[in-house]
Amino acid sequence: MQWTINGQVREAEVDFRTSLLDLLREQFQLSGTKKGCNQGACGACTVLVDGERINACLALAVQYQGREITTVEGLAERGTLHPVQAAFIEHDGFQCGYCTPGQLCSAVGMAGEFERGLPSAVTQDLAAADLEWSRDELRERMSGNLCRCGAYNGIADAIAASLGKEVVR
Amino acid sequence: MSALDKGRSGDNERSGDNQPAGVALAGDYWRPEGRPDPLSEKGRIGIGAPLSRVDGAEKVTGGARFAGEFIFDGMVYAALVYSAIANGRILAIDRREAEAMDGVVLVMTHENAPRLNTPPVFLRSPNGAAGDDHPIMQTDRVHWNGQPVALVLAETQEQADAAAESIRVDYAAEPAMIDFELAKAQARQPDNVLGGPAEITVGDADAAFEAAVHRIDATYTTPRHNHNAIEPHALTLAWVNESEGEGETLRIHDASQCVDLAVASLAEVFGIDAAQIHITSPFVGGGFGGKTLWQHQILAAAAAKLADRPVRLALSRKGVYRVVGGRACTEQRMALGADENGRLQALIHSGVAAMTRHNNLPEPFFQATKCLYAADHIRLSIDVADMHMLANTFMRAPGESVSTFALESALDELADQLSMDPLELRARNEPERDPTSGLAFSSRHLLEAARSGAERFGWSERSATPGRRREGEWQIGLGCATATYPYMRMPGAAARITLTPDGATVGIAAHEMGMGTATVQTQVAAARLGLPVEKVAFHYGDSRLTGSVLAGGSQQTAAIGGAVIAAQRALVAELLALVGQDSPLSGLAPDEIECRNEGLGAIGDGSRFESYRQILARAGRSELSVEADAAGSEELANWSMHSFGTIFCEAGVNGVTGEVRIRRLLGSFDCGRILNPKTATSQFRGGMIMGLGLALMEETLFDPRSGRVMNPSLADYHVPVQMDVPEIEVMWTDIPDPHTPMGAHGIGEIGITGVGAAVANAVYNACGKRVRDLPITLDKLL
Repeated sequence: MQWTINGQVREAEVDFRTSLLDLLREQFQLSGTKKGCNQGACGACTVLVDGERINACLALAVQYQGREITTVEGLAERGTLHPVQAAFIEHDGFQCGYCTPGQLCSAVGMAGEFERGLPSAVTQDLAAADLEWSRDELRERMSGNLCRCGAYNGIADAIAASLGKEVVR
Repeated sequence: MSALDKGRSGDNERSGDNQPAGVALAGDYWRPEGRPDPLSEKGRIGIGAPLSRVDGAEKVTGGARFAGEFIFDGMVYAALVYSAIANGRILAIDRREAEAMDGVVLVMTHENAPRLNTPPVFLRSPNGAAGDDHPIMQTDRVHWNGQPVALVLAETQEQADAAAESIRVDYAAEPAMIDFELAKAQARQPDNVLGGPAEITVGDADAAFEAAVHRIDATYTTPRHNHNAIEPHALTLAWVNESEGEGETLRIHDASQCVDLAVASLAEVFGIDAAQIHITSPFVGGGFGGKTLWQHQILAAAAAKLADRPVRLALSRKGVYRVVGGRACTEQRMALGADENGRLQALIHSGVAAMTRHNNLPEPFFQATKCLYAADHIRLSIDVADMHMLANTFMRAPGESVSTFALESALDELADQLSMDPLELRARNEPERDPTSGLAFSSRHLLEAARSGAERFGWSERSATPGRRREGEWQIGLGCATATYPYMRMPGAAARITLTPDGATVGIAAHEMGMGTATVQTQVAAARLGLPVEKVAFHYGDSRLTGSVLAGGSQQTAAIGGAVIAAQRALVAELLALVGQDSPLSGLAPDEIECRNEGLGAIGDGSRFESYRQILARAGRSELSVEADAAGSEELANWSMHSFGTIFCEAGVNGVTGEVRIRRLLGSFDCGRILNPKTATSQFRGGMIMGLGLALMEETLFDPRSGRVMNPSLADYHVPVQMDVPEIEVMWTDIPDPHTPMGAHGIGEIGITGVGAAVANAVYNACGKRVRDLPITLDKLL
């Protein structure tokens, strides 16, 4: 079986019950993607598949062959941190760091959703061609990623300072 | 506006010219006549700088490896089977199907588990890190619903999980005390509360209460809580032969906030020398009191021994609820008697908390009341109701988090009765000395924090009458409450400083679970040794490092600080012993020396200086290593030592749905010198956010029919999410405590205190409904 992860083709033979999350962590030692609940409630396992964010714990590994999977290990390019990674450090968008990879992948995926004009629960005008950026939009869209240390303000600041600019255009 | 821009002290940006040149050896800050730590002075280089986390890059790239992410060759995966009864015996365990399944290496039950000693319990034994003293898989007895009764090892996690699911257990259930309402009727006074008495009296509070003109007498209830660190407990371990003839070493990668205590406890359990156990825990995905020693670590080590294979055991989220205790539920009576002017004459805080007969933590809900307000007559007491449940344990601000809900709600009710501003009522009862111990406060500037917070928050806009402010469906209210948490510095801290020509390494068996310890202690050590932060490395989270520092009681900042103070003294003495006749430092005594500019200099004499590099080179040394024990924490006997703060909250209550939304939150704190405003802000906010959870949503549902936790998941146990959290402002007095290392207090726990009451009081101010039962869910407001 083959997967494309962070631009690299990786091979393994796994149990059909294996989740994408366990594939990453146990087969490929890409343990940056975290297991917080294993039931889609916390977002710590968020990865990008073809640019869209998903909970890797709710995905069966076998279903994701042939897709472009990006994990936190793939966000930095050639040793340079992705802007959202650098912003998380600057704005103290984490404490223990366990939810952080999921927050980061989720933020990148969220920016893409925004650019594609996907509405959220707080979007006022569902028909609008261009979404209006707001703090509430950011907070609502990031509410699937729990942080028990309570770094939420720093996370929102970091995303607003990095991806927010792209979101606003 | 970020809390960081407010620059409360304005010292952070101070130029080097104005700063004291060096750091002399700290004196006896713990004595009444002692000298404060020089690092508590304003304007010290590096102290108060908003340094970003030293481990930030590792945490944002996925490079930080947590305990369940290490690998040993030949490692197998564990899964647990949990009991389905709360009290009784195991009649039979059918393991045949599991043993026949693919990949299964071992099924361990009480029938084949290795013989283990009972673990020493936290706060009862000096080696105690364990949550309770039940034998671990040694007998057929079941003591709580969720107790591990079998463990499976298999080649993959999937195989282990499937095999565990297949195991059938027959029980003979016996009557169990699993209903708190029934257990309360048999409540008893525990023999101690955190080592002190379970009842404290000053004067005759009951008589004074009866005689008081103004009286509040109300019962406040708080539910069970679980820590819910986002990293579920996990460990990877192996019994390894480190060297020929030395015997086996139990090597554990754990998620731990007490590596040394865990080693000591495991040594007792396995009957081996503590030197044969090595625990490392460089990253911990949140602890909050929950990451101590529970059955899963012991079972994993026992199974590894039995199977002769390394083991990875990662608890499922549900598993954490089954084997790691949480905060106990409480029922608290708060009776306040006051005169016409609001002066408290009687203060009664009593009640019951759930507990077991196998642990030693009566949820200490009178802690805050001990020190907060002057009252002529005080009676505090805690009873415990024994239940057949998983032992309760420490969770962020044990005691204070729930006791401030009762006390600070009751004060708000009294202020309402007196038609007095709640802040004014608190100010009128500000004590001159600790009202129960009689000791002077080492540092108490609560009123200053309250005043500046009130001004910043716009407290004067609050209507004294509830229900006056509306925005559409929303009723808006303001509330405040006092926050408090003790200063602690426990025995056992020691530090090693290793100096090389390139800088210094500080090693101490302390912990970083996200509090910022590694970052802040790098700053502090750099400042103390006169080195740039880039030249200091802080090593922690390894039981083989010196000292024993529990990451608990918000004590690490002071405990590590005190150890490094002692190690600096030892280092200076050793360096002076190395300098020869030719050195400009020759003939100077340690107390005439200060650390500055990457070397030692004579205090007040810029010309007498030698760099560390020069001293080492002259002596022909490539490095110098010293170790020292922190001074005893005598300050705790000399003063009443606490942190303080005032929490301000603006809440909206939806008149149609009863939903509560927190619109604004501000914390104004008095916690001594703040060492790093960036990480401190996160600590305060993080505590306050957990306080919002306590106020509005968190509740571990315990089934009174089965004794089983009914919501063991993050889908059913609600914690605050991004959208629940408003802008949170944080400010502080930055007034150093002259009797602590760096003038600092630990700040990890105070943030959660007071928040429950600030929210409840704001809700009352919004809609006129007083909720005395946490969490404040919408059904209680309709």
